[in-house]
Amino acid sequence: MNPNTNRRFPTRLDIRKGSVDMTHGSGGRAMAQLIDEIFVKHFNNELLCQGNDQAAFEVSGGRMVMSTDGHVISPLFFPGGDIGSLSVHGTINDVAMSGAIPLYLSAGFILEEGFPLADLEKIVISMAQAASDAGVPVITGDTKVVDKGSADGVFITTTGIGRIPDGVNISGELARPGDAILVSGSIGDHGIAIMSSRENLEFETTIESDSAALHGLIADMVSAVPAIHCLRDPTRGGLATTLNELAQQSQVGMNLKESSIPVKPAVSAACELLGLDPLYVANEGKLICICAQQDAQRLLQVMQAHPLGQQAAIIGEVIQNEHGFIQMETSFGGSRIVDWLTGEQLPRIC
Amino acid sequence: MKYVEEFRDHDLAQNLSRSIAREVEPARQYNLMEFCGGHTHAIFRYGVQDLMPANVKFVHGPGCPVCVLPIGRIDNAIQLAQQHDVILCTYGDLMRVPASGRKSLLKIKAKGADIRMVYSTQDALKIARDNPQREVVFFAIGFETTTPPTAVAIQQAQREGLKNFSVFCNHVLTPAAIQNILESPEVRELGSVLIDGFFGPSHVSSIIGSQPYEFFAEEFQKPVVIAGFEPLDVMQSALMLIRQINQNRHEVENEYTRVVTREGNLKAQQLVSEVLELRRSFEWRGLGLVPYSALKIKQSYAQFDAEKRFNVPDIQASDVKGCECPRILRGLKKPTDCKLFGTVCTPENPMGSCMVSSEGACAAYWSYGRFRQTEQQPEPSIQEAVL
Repeated sequence: MNPNTNRRFPTRLDIRKGSVDMTHGSGGRAMAQLIDEIFVKHFNNELLCQGNDQAAFEVSGGRMVMSTDGHVISPLFFPGGDIGSLSVHGTINDVAMSGAIPLYLSAGFILEEGFPLADLEKIVISMAQAASDAGVPVITGDTKVVDKGSADGVFITTTGIGRIPDGVNISGELARPGDAILVSGSIGDHGIAIMSSRENLEFETTIESDSAALHGLIADMVSAVPAIHCLRDPTRGGLATTLNELAQQSQVGMNLKESSIPVKPAVSAACELLGLDPLYVANEGKLICICAQQDAQRLLQVMQAHPLGQQAAIIGEVIQNEHGFIQMETSFGGSRIVDWLTGEQLPRIC
Repeated sequence: MKYVEEFRDHDLAQNLSRSIAREVEPARQYNLMEFCGGHTHAIFRYGVQDLMPANVKFVHGPGCPVCVLPIGRIDNAIQLAQQHDVILCTYGDLMRVPASGRKSLLKIKAKGADIRMVYSTQDALKIARDNPQREVVFFAIGFETTTPPTAVAIQQAQREGLKNFSVFCNHVLTPAAIQNILESPEVRELGSVLIDGFFGPSHVSSIIGSQPYEFFAEEFQKPVVIAGFEPLDVMQSALMLIRQINQNRHEVENEYTRVVTREGNLKAQQLVSEVLELRRSFEWRGLGLVPYSALKIKQSYAQFDAEKRFNVPDIQASDVKGCECPRILRGLKKPTDCKLFGTVCTPENPMGSCMVSSEGACAAYWSYGRFRQTEQQPEPSIQEAVL
């Protein structure tokens, strides 16, 4: 993206009826106009408006983090969000799970020839709104157009950078036997919201995606308990798969209590119908936290005091286990293993 | 959640667990075969085994439609999908089943075959309507529960005059398979009792009723209790089976009365018999050729029969060497008795069909019950115990 707000074009883009064509990716005037009248107009911020192929900014000392995430979700618009807001939340969350304060985002768009400009603008507005709500501006970007059939509408890749406060060290390999495992709220909302809006599966539900930026919640948690061991957002593969990742990284096992894992009744009903297990259904606005047992109650209070953590719960504990098994006491009264997700439960969920 | 949570209640489970513990005779072994994969799945997912006394064992039967499909039929489906112009519609689990030559539907899809995952026969009909210039083949599998929707789809296609829709029919029948297991030499001869009682299928029985099991309960003197798929259903049915065994009865009892009647769903049976008829015999993985155990499309609907529309040869394919699926499906071995289990055969890289579907015994063991092996010595398989 090479923004230049001073450039003017004889006729404005026909956003209402127009659609993306190959010239919008050509590097020529049509592309400049698209950038001006959609991207710069809505993302509008000082760094982006410098109009360079990169954005330059000051950094303070300390540890920086960087994370990138491609978004290929289908459908592009779903209950509770769209690919635009999701692409902002997803990357902010990946940055924030280190305990960092997210600072800036970049955005790369791959557009399919024929994609309606009205939809593109709607997505960009939603993205800009999400970035502005989060206080993390999109300061540089890129646009490419591919032939019809070579993509599905729009794919968005976002990269974020952030700074970790001094004294914070949060990482997936730091879970220790005895630690408490917390989750910030009900699981499976995003996956079920997406599924309910899929063309071949439409069913009526009031469930909305939980897509949200969690850095505010994390800032509160980190300031209350700087010694948090692990944070991770259970996106694809759900709670079960993310816990397995953490167990493997830390070479520990876990014991969960099924009855303490929050699941909305509508989500469990939809899972029942579709033959899914909510433990494996994706989330976009939830986090898993692992901390020392003595910090658990304090963290739980802080989480429950934040709007995005009201349903937070302690769901189990870390144990010593050479196989890295995650076991669960079922609500029914038996026990079972909670394994990695096998195969593909639902493609293109984020 | 109404009508679901009630059947997963913790306190009721504890009560039932105590009743079962009181009922069993300590010196006796109770080997209860659940025919259906749905029961296998419930037993593992809810940890039902933990609520059972040590001398009550679940023996996992062949009632997983993905597991019993012989490799040759998957090979046929792959050949169909590779034909120019064909869109093959299939249920998701079938995608990963290993076929001959290390192929699978998933692998040939990646190489360009047009294979669509569907959730119902209606999805397949829609694809046929939307693609009139293509041949749309529905890969139909399953027991009596999934048979009526296939019959409906064929009649619907005829009414609509769809010229490009056909069904590759692999529907199989439950009673024939249970009878085959009971007639196998391992069960009949040697005077050994491998299976003391059966959990009868739940959804299947909602269609066919409880009557078809009466013959072999009498003939083979084994009690059958038709059981729902919820964990409390399984436990209540186990209690009913244990009582029958203790009292030396061998009757068909129905625990799943909220759905199953003696006659079953007559309308569905009528519909199926209009469109489908018995095959003289059909190959089952694990059981071999079982007489009158499957359905084919009637001559009057031949234009919707993929086996008539395309060249579908009889393929004799063998299992991967060392794969114990056939014996596991008959309840003779446990997944952990297989050398491939968990070494080269995992859900990510299945060698045999039992590792593919979540209803398959190997996949259920691997995904839900693996930790048990590390806590205790593996139990001897039933075969080792009695042979």
